[in-house]
Amino acid sequence: MPRIDQYIITHSMKQVSFINLRSKLPFLLLALMLTFSAAVYAQDEAAEESVEDTSGADIAAGEALFKANCAACHRLDRKSVGPELRGVGQKFDRDWLYKWIQNSQALVRAGDPLAVRLFEEHNRMIMTPFPGLSETDIDNILAYTDQPKAEPQAAATDAAAAASGAGGGAQGGVSNTILLGALALIFLLLVIMLFLVYNTLRRIAVAKGIHVEEEKEKRTPIWKAFIQNQFLVIVTSIVLLFAASYFAFGYLMQIGVDQGYQPVQPIHYSHKIHAGDNGIDCNFCHSGARQGKTAGIPSLNVCMNCHMSISEVSEETATAEYSKEFYDGEIAKLYEAVGWDPNEMAYTKDPKPVKRVRIHNLPDFAYFNHAQHVAVGGVACQTCHGEVEQMEVMEQHATLTMGWCIDCHRETNVALGTNEYYAKIHEELSKKYGVETLTVAEMGGMECAKCHY
Amino acid sequence: MKTLSKIALIMVVSASLVGCFNKNKPNYQFFPNMYVSPSYDTYGAYEIFPNEQSAMLPVENTIPRGFKPYELEHSYEGYQASKDILDFPIEVNEKNLTTGSQLFTLYCAVCHGDKGDGKGILVEREKFLGVPSFADQGREIVPGRVYHVQTYGLNTMGSYASQVNSEERWQIAMHVMDLKAQLNGTPGILETAAQNQNNTVQETESDVADSEETQSN
Repeated sequence: MPRIDQYIITHSMKQVSFINLRSKLPFLLLALMLTFSAAVYAQDEAAEESVEDTSGADIAAGEALFKANCAACHRLDRKSVGPELRGVGQKFDRDWLYKWIQNSQALVRAGDPLAVRLFEEHNRMIMTPFPGLSETDIDNILAYTDQPKAEPQAAATDAAAAASGAGGGAQGGVSNTILLGALALIFLLLVIMLFLVYNTLRRIAVAKGIHVEEEKEKRTPIWKAFIQNQFLVIVTSIVLLFAASYFAFGYLMQIGVDQGYQPVQPIHYSHKIHAGDNGIDCNFCHSGARQGKTAGIPSLNVCMNCHMSISEVSEETATAEYSKEFYDGEIAKLYEAVGWDPNEMAYTKDPKPVKRVRIHNLPDFAYFNHAQHVAVGGVACQTCHGEVEQMEVMEQHATLTMGWCIDCHRETNVALGTNEYYAKIHEELSKKYGVETLTVAEMGGMECAKCHY
Repeated sequence: MKTLSKIALIMVVSASLVGCFNKNKPNYQFFPNMYVSPSYDTYGAYEIFPNEQSAMLPVENTIPRGFKPYELEHSYEGYQASKDILDFPIEVNEKNLTTGSQLFTLYCAVCHGDKGDGKGILVEREKFLGVPSFADQGREIVPGRVYHVQTYGLNTMGSYASQVNSEERWQIAMHVMDLKAQLNGTPGILETAAQNQNNTVQETESDVADSEETQSN
């Protein structure tokens, strides 16, 4: 049933989002400007890259090969799983590099002193052999990795773009204010004009001798008349009583309901980026949902499985509301919590627990099992949790009240045909009720002891 | 004037009512002692635990129910030894393969791709680069190695032992071997298994025939 408090909630939320939109406008313009300038810069870069270097190696081909084969473990300027690779072609003999890249383990086993030393230095980490790479391919890759770090020009372009972007943003803000100011001015002028017209008309009326009615004769005040009419008093009090009980009921019914609850978490985690944009399945992190009662808050090692390699977000991930610096800061918080040093690529400090705020919380007297619903029933996560993959900040979608559970149990047909789990009970119950499809309620999903214990 | 002050009062009261709703705070509860368990919650923070953290690791030298030990260690030697495991400890059948395929889609396909060609969505979006295809000739993709890497991780790939249990990891390994066969254009793992079985049956039959022949002779 609709309740007044919910209306108030939605209304106030709408207002907030509208205000956000207005303040976002300059940022959007800024983003547009930046994108444009970045695109121009990227074109320049591409033009530069197609040029072959002095030795005749193809840098662009080398980059593609690097990204396809090496980038899983190596970066140019920062230690990853393997060491950073900028300038590696100058450090070692070319023929030795061919052998190392094609099959480093063979070199180690053959007892090549340099190979053995490198292998031991890097904690006996095995580099995958790449017999598929020809010497020309390796030359191309090395030409790419040996490129000098040419950033200053790019930085200057970025700075210029940022400056012009900021200028554009500021302009957008000013024009907005001007627009609003102009509207206010027009409104003020209208009011003044109306007042003037009224005065003029009055003067004309007085001049022509028309009597303008100024004051009405004294009557009994309306509230006295109201009190004197007993019927009206009774009807009004009944209406007021009904209205009051309606609102009181609505207020009482929403106590303990946390729909829309959206707490601030210690580490900002965007479901939109992970589950939405990157299409990672819910079960990937909430692996408990398949097997047990609770879906589980993923432990930080699950985060680190990916974020060991991803220490910063890409430019496209940043939005007007949340900047790249903000997201990178949140990843740094994760590193701090698990004690990971991204420069050393190792766990160096003691881990600290992250105190996440629990959102979906059933009262202790109600039993709910995730595996039963997700694995056996095949209910999609979104049925109860809403469009999580579009939520930047997680919030409670459903009311999680008993009425809400019962509604779903009454309406949902159990997938009997495709699920062997139900074969026997389906046979018995469809005979008993004389139906082909069974709802959860007909299967006993509304017995008290199913959920209360 | 009186009515004006009344209107102002109503405005203030309704504004404060709306203002009281805070998305960051949970709502009031009837009888909180019915809602909140007196026992320790799984993810609770209580002073009694180290770091105030009730989620703790299992006690050392204990194993959870249903746990199957895996003898190879997380080391260079263990990794090399895993390449010698060419058989599955679970039966190669359609049920295990289907489960493995579903789990692969959940946990592996974001990077390795649905076909195992190393072109998952995270690679396409350049979040991860250089994810190899299972058909890559530089890598010996055998069941034991796939299981070992899932259990302990290798290079950029982390351990998935906390998300999938031992049996599920073997099921996933089964699907990986199937994908490798598909990528190489060789018969799938079920057909190979059936063929092997046929071969052994034939061998035993021929053995029996041989012995019968010798007997008749």
